[in-house]
Parts: sequence; structure tokens; C-alpha cells
Amino acid sequence: MTTTQRLLGTVAGIGLASGMAATAMAQDTTITIATVNNGDMVRMQGYTDQFTEETGIGVEWVTLEENVLRQRVTTDITTGGGQFDIMTIGMYEAPIWAANDWLVPLDDLSDDYNAEDILPAMRAGLSYDGTLYAAPFYGESSMIMYRTDLMEEAGLEMPEEPTWQFIREAAAAMTDRDADINGICLRGKAGWGEGGAFIMTMANSFGARPVNEDWEPQLDSEAWNETLTFFTEMMAESGPAGYATNGFNENLSLFQQGKCGMWIDATVAASFVTNPEESEVADSVGFALAPSAEGVDKKANWLWAWALAIPAGTEQADAAKQFIEWSTSTDYIELVAENEGWANVPPGARTSLYENENYADVPFADLTLASIDAADPTNPTVDPVPYTGVQFAAIPEWAGMWGQVSQEFSAAYAGQQSVEEALEQGQAIMTDALEAAGY
Amino acid sequence: MARAVSSRRKAINTAVAWAIGLLIFFPILWTILTSFKTEAQAIADPPIFLGFDWTLENYRIVQERSNYMRFLWNSVIIAGFSTILGVIIAVPAAWSMAFVPSRRTKDILLWMLSTKMLPAVGVLYPIYLICIELGVLDNRVALVVIIMLINLPIIVWMLYTYFREIPGEILEAARMDGASLRNEILYVLTPMAVPGIASTVLLNFILAWNEAFWTLNLTAVNAAPLTAFIASYSSPEGLFFAKLSAASTMAIAPILILGWFSQKQLVRGLTFGAVK
Repeated sequence: MTTTQRLLGTVAGIGLASGMAATAMAQDTTITIATVNNGDMVRMQGYTDQFTEETGIGVEWVTLEENVLRQRVTTDITTGGGQFDIMTIGMYEAPIWAANDWLVPLDDLSDDYNAEDILPAMRAGLSYDGTLYAAPFYGESSMIMYRTDLMEEAGLEMPEEPTWQFIREAAAAMTDRDADINGICLRGKAGWGEGGAFIMTMANSFGARPVNEDWEPQLDSEAWNETLTFFTEMMAESGPAGYATNGFNENLSLFQQGKCGMWIDATVAASFVTNPEESEVADSVGFALAPSAEGVDKKANWLWAWALAIPAGTEQADAAKQFIEWSTSTDYIELVAENEGWANVPPGARTSLYENENYADVPFADLTLASIDAADPTNPTVDPVPYTGVQFAAIPEWAGMWGQVSQEFSAAYAGQQSVEEALEQGQAIMTDALEAAGY
Repeated sequence: MARAVSSRRKAINTAVAWAIGLLIFFPILWTILTSFKTEAQAIADPPIFLGFDWTLENYRIVQERSNYMRFLWNSVIIAGFSTILGVIIAVPAAWSMAFVPSRRTKDILLWMLSTKMLPAVGVLYPIYLICIELGVLDNRVALVVIIMLINLPIIVWMLYTYFREIPGEILEAARMDGASLRNEILYVLTPMAVPGIASTVLLNFILAWNEAFWTLNLTAVNAAPLTAFIASYSSPEGLFFAKLSAASTMAIAPILILGWFSQKQLVRGLTFGAVK
């Protein structure tokens, strides 16, 4: 046998072996779960062995970065690839995918699971036509996290329900450029889930709306101009340099190092900034509800959940349902609390968690619940809109369209164009996208 | 006659070369250093260069959480076999283009290269559907074939360039001595082009090792290589830079070591024919 023949033989042999190995693995009673690399999800992976011990069902994890995960699971579910038995999805995907019959309804969960215990706002955001399609693993809203020591030094007191005007004044008072302290840190990074999500909530709290009842874009309205102008002026006065490229992680890093007076962002960040092992300012953090403009009853807080859903077409729907019941149950919350403390349990999913007196000692528990309760995905704006969702509209076109709009906004934050130009560009992008989609 | 270079100039050249080298290597060095820091030290501002408490904690956590060897093995299989398969196909193709060109050879070469200009995401759905139809999603064989096809234009182009430097008369002489086409390519052309083939193999192995789009989109559990291993440590909601750096260091270490030991071969191949 010549070298070439040996080489070809080896190639074919290993190729065949790879294929056979893949087939053999597929025959096991094992479910495959696609998920994100967020703290609570990673923690859950550590407890998976207990689920396997209890049920005999093996679990394989495919952990990916959020944007990669979104592309990966969307490709798989739209083509019927069948690669996953459970997908970690958000509030944006749940109603859209359910409407397309891509998800298995979770309407037959066991009595022990107590689906009624799921927080009403989360239930509403993860349901379609009144049926739950994804079980929330953890939920979040957004709120103000602020430095109590700097607020005191500034001679101010954070109100329970602050206005944007107060936030702007407090930010200016807390700013100390020489000490590298920025009065306020907010997301400016392009992306519908990054700066695009934040500015939507801020617009809601200024009485703006992205579209009217007939899906006509409204970025040319006075309310939008006021929102963006207020944001850029406040950030120029008191925000960090280069805020146009700051997202959650960048601001978390700044806040933990004591470089932000205030930060309005996801409620899950509360456990990070109050953790003395990670945060230099852990013992001087206060919380407040997200602000609203004077005379507007909508606050600038969003609503989001990372939830577990079963793609239609999976052959292991029963096993997948068993896992979902286990991982989103009150028993799981108690398991984590027992091993890692109540501050580390997945928040924002179940009513009973907030009735638990042990959890009441967690400093951000009440504000997290109040923030979640303050967000209404079915009625997110002052004037009526034809969609559900707070920081997004639950339509398939939103991610692409608002992603582009947020790029225009970020260009304005970076000083590459004016607020008026950004809004004009945004209006044109939305008009084209919505018309093309037939709205 | 060689030009005399003053020792001062030599020193300057050396210093400049080192500065450029370090500048290029710095991101990798920073990743490696960060992998030994705590998460708090990883985000410290001003950044800490060397004065931190070195820890292997991140490596312990990564090892505990992920089956590194499975990812590594998949990377070796996918990168290795896609390169070998590519070279097996590309050598005869490049031979024909270099030594028996037709009127359309240059057009074909350009057309092959133009396939690299298509954004991969543009064909994601068709490829995904084909994989579903053939039942080869999350399968190493499928990835070997796909990665090979993606890199084939580069392999053919590189080999074509090397082959063009080899005098055709030598092959003619072999033919006159009665060598068959197969023997001509295997025993006359290939040994003369070994430096070129070696650098092509190395470069394509590196390209295949680092390929992230298809390896992330077509794999789940069984065929996921080190690119998926790294992606599993990137988080938009949480600062896990030290762990991400540890995972990245573990993913690039094999290819870094391979590149280090084969750098002479690589440079020789890349500069092959540059000076006649």
C-alpha cells in the first residue's frame, strides 16, 4: 500500500468513525440545551448532575455568547434543524416564535410546578394568545444604582420616584472629573439589545413612541427630539468619555471601580455591584426606581426574562419539560439558596420568592420586584402602540431595524452627526423597513 | 557584493523589528497575562501589567466547566483533515494551472478567489438545509468538507504561485524519461515544492483552526471545536474577562506552539521564489 493510499484510508476511517460516534451519542436519553453564558445560567449547569441523578436524563450544554446564541437557535428553529431540545430565549423571541408554531406550549406543567406563581409581567411577556410558551429562569427590569456616599457628599437625597431632571442635576453635582468620577453612566453602544434598549425605555418615559397605532414611524416627533437631546446633553455634562461605545459590561466595570455616581441598568447587576469580591463600592450602593420625565407616568425601565423553551419537533419534549420544571421550580431556588446564599438565587421569575422572608433581607429584592411590576409590556407607552414589549416591539423586523437605528443614535452620541440628523436617518430606516415588511 | 551595514544601523533595525514584533504579539501576551488574574484585576484601571497575584483559578474553573479535550480533538480533526484533503485536491489543480494553462486559467483562478468575497452568512441557510437533508449537522465530516471548500481557493492560489517558480523543463525531462503524470507530480514536482506545500499546509491549518462562523453555526455538542469553547466564555451580562482569557489561551496554545516550532518552514515557504 502506498503512502497516499494509507493517507486516504485513514481520512475515510476517521471520517466514518466520527459519523458513527455522532449517531451513537444521539441514541442516548440525553437532552441538549442551548444557553447563554450569564452567571445564573452557568450556576445552573453546576447543579445539572442532581437533575440527572433524580431523573436519569442526561444533559448536554451548548453555551454561547448572546448574539451567537440568538443567530444559532434562530437558524435551527426556522429550518427545523432539531439540534436542541431546550433553547434559552428572551421575551423578544417567545411571542414571535410561538405565533409561528415553533415552540411547544407549556400549558400542561404539573400541579407541583405551580405555574400561577410566575410573576404576572413575566408570564405576559412569555405567552402568546394567553398560553405560556417559555418558562422564565430569571427575569429582570432596570433601575437606578447609585453611590450613597457621593449622593450624600452632593447634599442630595434620592427620591423614591426620581424625575429625569433630578437625575441630571444629581449627576452634575456628583461629577468630579479630576477624581475620575462621572455623575452618570448609561448605555450608548449600538445594538437593539444594548443602547437601543435603553433609549427606548427613556423615550417611553418622555412620552415618546417609536410608531403610532398604524405602524407609522414617529422618530420625527417632538418627544423623540426631547429624549435624545436630553440624553446627549446630560451625558456630555456628566457621562464618561467615549460613552457611545459603552454597554452593560463597560458600565459595570466603571461602576465597580467607583467611577460612576449613578448607573441605570439591569436589575441583575445589583448582585454584582454589591458583591465585595468584585466591587470596590459594594458597601455604598443604593437603589431607586428608574426615572420618568416630569408629568409622565411611564418609567424608563425595561422588562426582560431569560426563559427556557422547547422547540417544536424535538423528539424529547417530555424529558425537556421535566428539565424545565426542575430548573425553574421553587425547589431549585431553594437548592441554590442553601448552597450559595439567597443573594445568588435566580431573581425576577416567581412571586413566592418575594414573599419569602429570607429573600427580603437581600438589599435589592424590593426594588427589583417594584421595577418589574412597573413595566407593562402590553401598555408600554403614554400614547397607544400596536405592539407588545417595553424596550422592543415584538415583531420579527425589530432586531434588524432598531439595530440600524441605534447605530445612527450612537453616531450622534459620538458627535459624528446631530440629534436631528440621527432622528431623520432613523425615521427613514424605519419607514423603509416597515413598508417593506408590509405594516 | 553585499552592502556593508553599520553596527548602529543594525541595532536600530533590530530594535525596530523587536518593537513591531512585540506590538503585534501584545494582544496575545495581554490575554495570557489576564488569564492569571482575578476578575477584579482583569478590569482594573489603570491596568495591572505584572504586579498582581498570579492565580491558576481561572484555568481550574474552565477545566471544571468544559470538556476541553473534546473541543481540542474536534479542532485537530477538522483543521487537520480539511487541510490534508484540500492539499490532495489542490496539488493536481495547481499543477494543471501552472504547467498546462489554458486560455481561461487566469479567469478560473480569479473566479475561485471571488468565492471568498461572498459573506458566509449569505449562504448559511442553504448550507444548513443541505446539512439537515444529509443528516450531517453537528458532524465533523461535514465540517471537514465545508472548511476544506472554503480554504480551497487559497490553497490552490498558493500552490499555483509556488509551482510557477519551478522550471517546466524539469518536468518535461521527467516525462521524457518515461514518468507517468502521477509519478511526475508525486516524485518530481512535490519534492521540489516541499517548502511551498509545507507553508500552504501550515497557513491553512491555522485558517481552519481559527474558522469561527461555520464551526459555531453548524455544531452543537459532538463536533464543536475550540472556537465554540471560547464562545462559551463570552458574556454580554457579566465580567468574566479572566475566564475568557484563560479559555482563549487554552484554545490558541496548540496553534501558537505549532507556529513557533514551524516558523522557519513557514517563512521559508512564504518567501519561496521571492528572490530568484
